Amino acid sequence: MSGLEVDVTVPGRVTVALTAEPGEVLAVIGPNGAGKTSLLGAVAGLVAAEGTVRLNGRELGPLPVRERGVGVVFQDKLLFPHLSALENVAFGLRSSGVPRPEARATALQWLDRLGIGELAGRRPKELSGGQAQRVAIARALAQHPDVLLLDEPFAGLDVGVAAGLRIELTRHLASYDGITLLVTHDAIDALTLADRVLVIDDGVVAQVGTPGDVAARPRTEHVARLVGLNVIRQGDVFRCFAPGAVTVSLARPEGSARNLWRGTVLSAAPHGDAIRLLVAAGPELIADVTPVATRELGLEPGREVWLSVKETAVDTYSLTPEEPDKVRP
Amino acid sequence: MTRDPLGRAPLLILVPAALAVVVLLLPLVVMVGSTDLPGLLDQLRTETARQALWLSVSTSTVAMLIALVLGLPLAWVLARLRFRGRSLLRALIVVPMVLPPVVAGIALRTAFGRSGTIGEPLLDATGFAFPYTTWGVVLAHVFVAMPFVVISIEGALRAAGSEYDAAAATLGASRWTTFRRVTVPLALPGIVAGMVLGWARSLGEFGATITFNGNYPGTTQTMPTLIYVTRQADTDAALALSLVMLVVSVSVLFALRERWLGVGTT
Repeated sequence: MSGLEVDVTVPGRVTVALTAEPGEVLAVIGPNGAGKTSLLGAVAGLVAAEGTVRLNGRELGPLPVRERGVGVVFQDKLLFPHLSALENVAFGLRSSGVPRPEARATALQWLDRLGIGELAGRRPKELSGGQAQRVAIARALAQHPDVLLLDEPFAGLDVGVAAGLRIELTRHLASYDGITLLVTHDAIDALTLADRVLVIDDGVVAQVGTPGDVAARPRTEHVARLVGLNVIRQGDVFRCFAPGAVTVSLARPEGSARNLWRGTVLSAAPHGDAIRLLVAAGPELIADVTPVATRELGLEPGREVWLSVKETAVDTYSLTPEEPDKVRP
Repeated sequence: MTRDPLGRAPLLILVPAALAVVVLLLPLVVMVGSTDLPGLLDQLRTETARQALWLSVSTSTVAMLIALVLGLPLAWVLARLRFRGRSLLRALIVVPMVLPPVVAGIALRTAFGRSGTIGEPLLDATGFAFPYTTWGVVLAHVFVAMPFVVISIEGALRAAGSEYDAAAATLGASRWTTFRRVTVPLALPGIVAGMVLGWARSLGEFGATITFNGNYPGTTQTMPTLIYVTRQADTDAALALSLVMLVVSVSVLFALRERWLGVGTT
């Protein structure tokens, strides 16, 4: 079959099974230390892994890194510091035997495509973070890999630079017919760039789905936090609610006791027009309150509060996607 | 000295540091001071001195190049390959570094002497034997200098980082291409430093050379051995020859530092 089929274990780090179609962008999301980079390493062949990695029906396991047809944009970029931007991009073509003038011409086209053709003669240390990242992307794409691995491509960039590059990358990935695995800890990357999202938590796959699905019905606290939701697992069901739906009070509220927690404020920080509280209430929950209420109730770290949510504001869904996905109590 | 915002440097550090400078520089300064320049030029005009200087410089340079051609690959093996016994191998190859040079000379005799384990079959097969030849001098130099070359280049290769090798591999480069186009260029300052170190060690080589090769003008008599034998008869001449050595070493060191070792950068 065509496409990428991965079923690997990097001992002590991560166990993942995934498939991806040509042309697809699969985001791999999860907290730091979840095993995302180990997964990329296993696909690229840079990290020893058990299991299988098949690309278009061919087993990559026994192949050395250089014969896998997997391009990598490293988190640290790893542009060769002694070579110019142009020579960096031409490096892969030269290695595969393309004559020097032709390799340089092709490399220059790639730099132009990424809008940095005029920087071709610069060394990596003379480039800004965003420019260097463009060179790294051009270098990986220039030799038409079947699989492109992007490891935190916007890490360490200024917010504005990252936003611009994200939009550009969307365009390049749309015209790239290979498979893209994008490792990120940023929900925006996953939601804007990916066709599907794979959530890794604690070394295993916690959720796979479309960006919209994962954002609306997160199954891990990490993703819930990233998209700004609370999620609580109760047995085989997840219960998800927005921080705006949470009522904060100092005294125990009257009424339904089902969605009621007592806890300590861990932090309070501005979030849009509201103040977002992080409360240790058994699970850690987030609640949005008005600045006025924050002052009146004295909601500072260390304050004991009660949190409650109306049942109608809670979205409940089951663990296994095969089952009817909405379970109403 | 500008005021250090972290406070004055403690005397307990400054005093030993100053003493270290005195110990290192005083003998050299005194030596330079007590040499008379005309005598120096006279010494340089003698056939023996010129032969010895030429022999020293040429054998050291050849030895340094051989140590590089063999030592760089060994340094790469130690820095990049994982295999059983790597630590042991690294420990063994630095033995010549700590060995008294005269012992190194004896060891070379045992192996490469006319009746040595390798020397005898070599002599029988080719009619050539290392001892008392210029190639014997080169061999002794390589033996004592190569550990310095290997160890300092290995450090440079490690510092240059294997992650760039990984990046090159994902771009389809073979290990040889990566070695040529990535590893060596990135480690170049360290490689040059290793070469300088090896050359300097080789230039000053005395014990192993004289033990293995004797002291024949024009063939095996290098500057250090010439200085040693001259000193027994004529102290002034030995002083002048020593100054020549000092000038040659210091100028090479400075020339390379300017060009390669990045003085002033950190």
